[in-house]
Amino acid sequence: MAVTDHSAAPDGRLASARAARGAEARRRRRLLLAPALIVIGIFGLFPLTISLIYSFLTPGTYGGVTWEFSTDAYVQFLFERDIFDDTLSFSSTYLQIYARSIGLALVATLGALILGFPTAYFIASKPREQRNFWLFLITLPFWTNLLIRTYAILLIIRDEGIINIGLMKAGVISDPLNILYTDTAVFIGLIYSYLPFMVLPLYASLEKLDFRMIEAAYDLYANRFQVLRRIIVPAAKPGIVAGCILVFIPGLGAYITPTLLGGGKELMIGNMIALQFGSSRNWPFGSAAALILMVVVMLALLVYVRNASREPVRHG
Amino acid sequence: MMQAEAVPADQIEVPAERDMVFADTVTKTFGQGDAAVTALDAVSLTIRENEFFTLLGPSGCGKTTLLRLIAGFELPSGGHILLDGEEIGHLPPYKRPVNTVFQSYALFPHMTVAENISFGLEMLGKPKAEIAETTAHMLSLVRMEAMANRRTDQLSGGQQQRVALARALAPRPRVLLLDEPLSALDLKLRKEMQIELKRLQGETGITFVFVTHDQEEALTMSDRIAVMEAGHILQVGTPREIYDHPARRFVADFIGDINILDGELGEVSGHQGRVTLPGGASLGAALAESTIGKGKVSIAFRPENVVLVPPEDPRATLTGAVENVVYFGSGLNLHLRLPSGAPLMVRSAHYAGEIGDLVGLEIADRHVQVLVD
Repeated sequence: MAVTDHSAAPDGRLASARAARGAEARRRRRLLLAPALIVIGIFGLFPLTISLIYSFLTPGTYGGVTWEFSTDAYVQFLFERDIFDDTLSFSSTYLQIYARSIGLALVATLGALILGFPTAYFIASKPREQRNFWLFLITLPFWTNLLIRTYAILLIIRDEGIINIGLMKAGVISDPLNILYTDTAVFIGLIYSYLPFMVLPLYASLEKLDFRMIEAAYDLYANRFQVLRRIIVPAAKPGIVAGCILVFIPGLGAYITPTLLGGGKELMIGNMIALQFGSSRNWPFGSAAALILMVVVMLALLVYVRNASREPVRHG
Repeated sequence: MMQAEAVPADQIEVPAERDMVFADTVTKTFGQGDAAVTALDAVSLTIRENEFFTLLGPSGCGKTTLLRLIAGFELPSGGHILLDGEEIGHLPPYKRPVNTVFQSYALFPHMTVAENISFGLEMLGKPKAEIAETTAHMLSLVRMEAMANRRTDQLSGGQQQRVALARALAPRPRVLLLDEPLSALDLKLRKEMQIELKRLQGETGITFVFVTHDQEEALTMSDRIAVMEAGHILQVGTPREIYDHPARRFVADFIGDINILDGELGEVSGHQGRVTLPGGASLGAALAESTIGKGKVSIAFRPENVVLVPPEDPRATLTGAVENVVYFGSGLNLHLRLPSGAPLMVRSAHYAGEIGDLVGLEIADRHVQVLVD
């Protein structure tokens, strides 16, 4: 026993010294996060705090806020205040804008998934040395500013655009198709803008797919559709989840696309919020609308990710 | 016997001799034009029902291509593939009653062991009760009952191997194709799985087509072996036929240790001939093919078929000087040099002499084979 006691002491010191060094290393590694945390703190959390505070203040006459506590901004979201007797009545105006935006963003996400999946699969099935070329093509649109690309879409789909002129010249239609300033135009614009955000994570998942797995499934009597459903889609699930998030969220808050292609007739959330800080001069309501959007997105994500990860997919 | 008298000879059904797979001048080329590579060159082959048949050859010989053609992962550029008398050469894999055990196993990582095994049955649209029953049976067949609900990435290599086997056997294919399934396992596990595979083949009665580059594995497990090289089948036969009577120089060289010497073929009668070696020694030898004519030939005999005798003994056909003695546990390999300068290997249980001593070599005629180059 004496022998063990004797040797235990230096061992214990060694262990605690090692633990101290480990903690030190972990502390130093944590510093690597600091630059990103500082940026997020200054340009993310700080403005968010301002929004939160502003949303509980009273709008100033010429924009801005006056420092007077009020929950009007949140009340206004669901209720309409009668101008004469101040009574509140339920109003779904803003809820409708949210529902419309969510609907459009969902449809655009689904569209991007349907277009992006075969694309990503195609690239993933190419020989390794050719894949970078195709990925480069996918990222090509980012070389031009989104505003300019959106104007280009506008020129293509307007009444005197290439599509309508072409179809009319070909005698397919006699009057121009009314695409511009409709939901269809916004939908086209959203899909076009966010498709790469769908393709890239999908590709990242599919690239890890072992194609011998597909052969094995064919060998075990699965037809093409069954191979897709039982083997490829489960393997691509992390990419589908990531791609859908990356398209849905910016799609929901999109500003340029609905403004230019939707003509601002039917508001989407982005336009509505911009309007509050602009001509409506209701900063508290704009802040509240932005925060409500954030909470809605966060809740939706929570539910979505939890559902999607119920069957975790691992790559062998 | 009673039946044989009652029915005409050509109508007797002999299940063990029925042809299961018949490849008729199957050709496969990859690429086009100048870059075209011929992986299989007009290969014909018959695999019988309930047979453990091995395709043996070095990498790039076309054995895996032939397997993939039978599975349906590749389509033949020419020729026909028949399964139990029916042309299947152009059917997709999911329409062929043939299953594959892949070299990499290719287990589905997002499914449990049991789900992997039942996948094929599910795709065939079998009733739920039957799927459950067959899956349970397969799990016990490969002794993996305890692992049914494990994920496949939690298994060892040998366990994955068993799951891959069970998965491929579950739909009861007419033919099970095995693409070097043991190559990823360590030696001890490989030996175990060799016995396991033979047992499974016996218990299921399914025709196994096994691809390997390991000649020892092929000799151990197979009912018959086809030795392949450069897109051709060089020889088909039982392990004993292939080992004792290699027809081609390549086959002799590829399987086991063998001595190959140059000689001059003299008189020929039927499948026997006499070969004179450069030193003047004369040996009786079997001809691999009767088409071999007189003139320069190669002869082959195994190191273990040579008997050491004193150099002056009349039984000694050849003499050689001992250059090296290599001990390998159950015996010795003696590396000799003949007076003509040719090297020779002899296997012996013991050797009492010294390095440099001259020994006499007795070689029985029946152990000497004249090869086709």
